[in-house]
Amino acid sequence: MMRELADNILDIAQNSISAKASLVEIDITVSHASNSVSLVFRDDGCGMSAEMAQAVSDPFTTTRKTRKVGLGLPLLKMTAQATGGDFAIESEIGKGTTVSVSFGLDHIDRPPMGDVPGSLFTLVLMNPGTDFLFVYDYDGADFTFDTRVIRETVAPIPLDNPEISAWIKDCLYQEITELHGGLFS
Amino acid sequence: MKSLAELAAIRARMIEQVNLRKDDNVDTRIVVGMATCGIAAGARPVMLEFIEELKRRGIENVTVAQTGCIGMCRLEPMVEVYVKDQEKVTYIHMTPEKVARVVGEHIVNGKPVDEFTIGAQG
Repeated sequence: MMRELADNILDIAQNSISAKASLVEIDITVSHASNSVSLVFRDDGCGMSAEMAQAVSDPFTTTRKTRKVGLGLPLLKMTAQATGGDFAIESEIGKGTTVSVSFGLDHIDRPPMGDVPGSLFTLVLMNPGTDFLFVYDYDGADFTFDTRVIRETVAPIPLDNPEISAWIKDCLYQEITELHGGLFS
Repeated sequence: MKSLAELAAIRARMIEQVNLRKDDNVDTRIVVGMATCGIAAGARPVMLEFIEELKRRGIENVTVAQTGCIGMCRLEPMVEVYVKDQEKVTYIHMTPEKVARVVGEHIVNGKPVDEFTIGAQG
């Protein structure tokens, strides 16, 4: 199991990058009313067949050529099910893939959210050719972060310019910490 | 979102610097293993600390990049350092606390931190 949900977020989004997505959307919703944390990963990458989508949450299914195991989605699914949540994956070849997962917010086995801003920042910084849309909703208060808007504002300076990336990092930390009232759990 | 006006101001300041970073300026690459195994072992804080430490020291000709699984998952988090014209150095079981020494001794002063390398611990 990953130590924090932020690690799962970083890991699962890499699948979209590997699928050559140009836009990766990540919705993070924390709701005390429905006692859940939900994550939705939506990409416009190469997608996969229905059979493959069915099979990918099995650890012995992978597109890797180096070895026969892939643990990203199985770990995510296991964590969701261990906390009374759900896991679903939909995909279409040529269109993209959506992974939706939820966790019981107050379940004792739910890993902490962890350093979510750090994961989102890592994704933006390490994948300069990919656009990201993050929507973080905490009990109805939300924060939207769109790299397309940022790219347009700073063009032609790349997002990995040190000053620009420092701004992006501050922005993610400030806004998300504020939504959580200064505390992550 | 934090004010975009602030971002536009940074852009205006940056655009005047002739010294826009070019890849041919880069002579050192720090590569962090960030597959499922690396992430589970704690690669993200290590990578973020490298970026912070380089920024703190004002080092610009070094890039930090990620790679997939390097193949020895039990030794993660692993970091490979490629200094131009030198043999690759592989650090294993990295932590954010070890980053300052790797940057100070290896990146800045050119002497790898032997005790953190795969040769010493593997």
